[in-house]
Amino acid sequence: MGITIELEVNGQPVKREVEARTLLVHFLREDLNLTGTNVGCETSVCGACTVHVDGKAIKSCTQLAVQCDGAKVTTIEGLASNGELHPMQSAFWEEHGLQCGYCTPGMIMAATHLLDNNPSPTEAQIREGLKGNLCRCTGYQNIIKAVQTAAGAEG
Amino acid sequence: MSPVNSVLGSPIKRREDPALITGKGKYTDDLKVFGMLSAVMVRSPFAHARIKSIDTAAAQAMPGVIAVYTAADAEAAGMPGLVPVGWLLDTLKTPPHPMLASEKVNHVGDAVAVVVAEDRYVARDAADAVLVDYEPLSACTNPKDAISDGQAQIHDEAPSNIAFDWEIGDQAKTAAAFAAAAETVRCDLRNQRLIPHAIEPRAVLADWNEATGEMTIHLTTQNPHVHRLLMCLSSIGLPEHKVRVIAPEVGGGFGSKIHHYADETIIAMCSKLCGRPVKWAATRTETNQTDAHGRDHVTSAELALDQDGKILGLRVSTYANMGAYLSTFAPAVPTYLYGTLLSGQYDIPAIYGHVVGAFTNTSPVDAYRGAGRPEATFLVERLMHLAGEATGLGPVEIRKRNFLTPDQFPFETQVALTYDSGNYGPAMDRALEMLGYEQLLADQEQRRQSPNGKQIGIGFSAYIEACGLAPSAVVGSLGAQAGQWESAELRVHPTGSVTVYTGSSSTGQGHKTSFSQIVADRLQLDVSQVEVIQGDTDLVQFGMGSYGSRSGAVGGSAIARSTDKILDKAKLIAGHLLEAAPEDLDFKDGSFCVRGSADHSVAWGDVALQAYLAHNYPENLEPGLVASAFYDPENFTYPFGTHICVVEIDPETGTTELLRYVAVDDVGNVINPMIVDGQIHGGLAQGIGQALWEGAHYDEDGQLLTSSLLDYAVPKMHNLIDFELDRTVTPCPHNPLGVKGVGEAGAIASPPAVVNAVMDALAPWKIQHLDMPLTSEKVWAAVHSQ
Ligand code: FES
Ligand code: FES
Repeated sequence: MGITIELEVNGQPVKREVEARTLLVHFLREDLNLTGTNVGCETSVCGACTVHVDGKAIKSCTQLAVQCDGAKVTTIEGLASNGELHPMQSAFWEEHGLQCGYCTPGMIMAATHLLDNNPSPTEAQIREGLKGNLCRCTGYQNIIKAVQTAAGAEG
Repeated sequence: MSPVNSVLGSPIKRREDPALITGKGKYTDDLKVFGMLSAVMVRSPFAHARIKSIDTAAAQAMPGVIAVYTAADAEAAGMPGLVPVGWLLDTLKTPPHPMLASEKVNHVGDAVAVVVAEDRYVARDAADAVLVDYEPLSACTNPKDAISDGQAQIHDEAPSNIAFDWEIGDQAKTAAAFAAAAETVRCDLRNQRLIPHAIEPRAVLADWNEATGEMTIHLTTQNPHVHRLLMCLSSIGLPEHKVRVIAPEVGGGFGSKIHHYADETIIAMCSKLCGRPVKWAATRTETNQTDAHGRDHVTSAELALDQDGKILGLRVSTYANMGAYLSTFAPAVPTYLYGTLLSGQYDIPAIYGHVVGAFTNTSPVDAYRGAGRPEATFLVERLMHLAGEATGLGPVEIRKRNFLTPDQFPFETQVALTYDSGNYGPAMDRALEMLGYEQLLADQEQRRQSPNGKQIGIGFSAYIEACGLAPSAVVGSLGAQAGQWESAELRVHPTGSVTVYTGSSSTGQGHKTSFSQIVADRLQLDVSQVEVIQGDTDLVQFGMGSYGSRSGAVGGSAIARSTDKILDKAKLIAGHLLEAAPEDLDFKDGSFCVRGSADHSVAWGDVALQAYLAHNYPENLEPGLVASAFYDPENFTYPFGTHICVVEIDPETGTTELLRYVAVDDVGNVINPMIVDGQIHGGLAQGIGQALWEGAHYDEDGQLLTSSLLDYAVPKMHNLIDFELDRTVTPCPHNPLGVKGVGEAGAIASPPAVVNAVMDALAPWKIQHLDMPLTSEKVWAAVHSQ
């Protein structure tokens, strides 16, 4: 049986009927066609599915859509505003913080949340803060540079 | 190197990124087609079992389920359903690999049925309702044990589970070298099994058009044309011109998306039988159980030296795990991509390598970043470390004393390769300089004064690789069932902009950027005037794809060649317009001008337009400005370098901390240094991961214990450090760009650098060797057993 949920996704009100067991990541990708959020595992390890729910970075593969009833959800598609890239997006581009790009939406969402809580993190704090997001391509070095660049741009 | 103000050699920002940083990149699982269904595989939970029966009735009856298919249905779909092997060896046994098992399963994850349903949740539920009655058999997982008596027999066609028995080099000459040796060192090692772990799991979207008889397959692939060819030859039962394979964005591959997997044909079968598009995306567990794994060698290696520390000979014996079936290029990996690299950077007068490939009840093993070359480099560099200790020469002098010198190139090794170029000393000297070696040695000595305190270790790896695969005739003579050239086509539009069609197919390497730099440089255009099309068998004439660090050296060279053909034709047109002989023209600042009279010129755009107007045009010249090239390289390319790792070991806990990692690589000319450095970073992370944390584990029943990211340690951000990189530049002498390839260097060089560093730190305990991964537990146990 479907359950009706109402929430805000990327600033837009959304009302949908979902199965109780529908994962948030599948709701976003398949019901709302927001395929920027990716799936890389089923054990909450890779972080490819990271989105913001009520301002916190969470792994949307481990959250049910019904748990987000009434919440504000932001995905990678909602990060740029008025056609302007978010400073974190620009910094990933500038510093070559991505290769295949599959981890990137989740990584950017986790990184923006990190800076919300700590606007000028040290390298060690970035490494610790983003260890919940795996990247197999970059060796992380340029992701760290990107976060530092974004921190500079925002700070 | 190219001048720094040239577009070639500049760190221009990637053209692929705007889509990827905004979530607009479309990977296979992001695609939706009208009427699309979802498929879920039913896979064997046993490593080795006879299938007594498969009962699909309960699953079929579930609401939302469209169909459940087994091997019996492949015939109805007109599909032979055999997964082929693309590289043969003289002694190779090639047992059939059916896409769906019907009599026997041979590894955990072997597919026995597939469920197609309206959505993926329903398909998942129904897959659990398929009842397969198995009779479990004993299993074997270790390649050395698998060939001994009393082991489970996997394929009737391969007695004693031997897939092949292969040798390279000169056994007698090598034995003589050992007989004459003043010193020998030996290392018995396991190069452990790895799981590639592209973060995007494999996925397939197949769409059959009954009316036209065309099958369109979106696929996570590194080489769409090769997938199509292998399918049409052996599994899908459709002619090549009726199958279109498209690689949309692909989320990393590292080898694992080269191979033709059963899943592709299974999903195509589903679409054909259901008459609707069908999509399947692997879970991480499925990925770990069914992606081709890497490495898994059991090896004994010995080095013979004279009294001055000069190498006299190298002898290697390896048992290579092939897994349950031969994956696409699997036979080449532990043979021609491994045995041929045994000479490393050294002048070794006698080498003998013997490799036995064994079937086991495990996932197939095939190319994973480096493919054979990391295994060779690991043993050579471990032996050099041990030789440095045994002779007292130390890690630097033992290597320098045996390096090939620049005047020895081209150099024919004892293991079938001709190194075209090299200059190994300067790369090592630069790395030592960056490291501050003398100071570190002093620090190390000081630490050793407190034997219970944390110890420092310094590890070296002077590697070479053979990449840019490869001269077609050479690989053909070695067993490849395909050529290894690459193709490119350039279409100049009437307004002067250009579309490039390349047979290379990116999984994140930034082809759109690097390839447009090649064309923009030669045609003196802005990179924004060049578009790059890849990964579609209907758009690109043909392509061998991206693996073996070949996209730049082979794919890029094909682009350079076709660009040069365009320039030649454009000169004929410009000569006609300027009433001058084409050979008297220069191409400068985007215009053709008559040499010596610069104001007598015609702009690129006017020439392009005239090629399509053909109003004022040379006689006997066809209109249009399009050129294609198939570039077959003369030789492999030979990147090399020296990597040095510094670690700190805590003997109390066994923990290894990375302190420094210095890498000096020579990948020839560089098209985009930012991209090249990024490739090194990624390769290092994977190689360091192998050295310290990663490893696939099967229990004795053949259960994969590392089937999720909870159990398999892909390096995380806090595990790694900032790498210190530099380059020397020795251009490749035989391709038009002078580039060599960089995708695998980091993964090849780093495992021995890290392991040598740990072993160096443990030198006071006189531990000869520990197998990767060097976990805290392993190091602690070794220290405390002394
Ligand atoms: S998909 Fe891997 S953590 Fe969510
Ligand atoms: S860019 Fe490929 S996984 Fe991070």
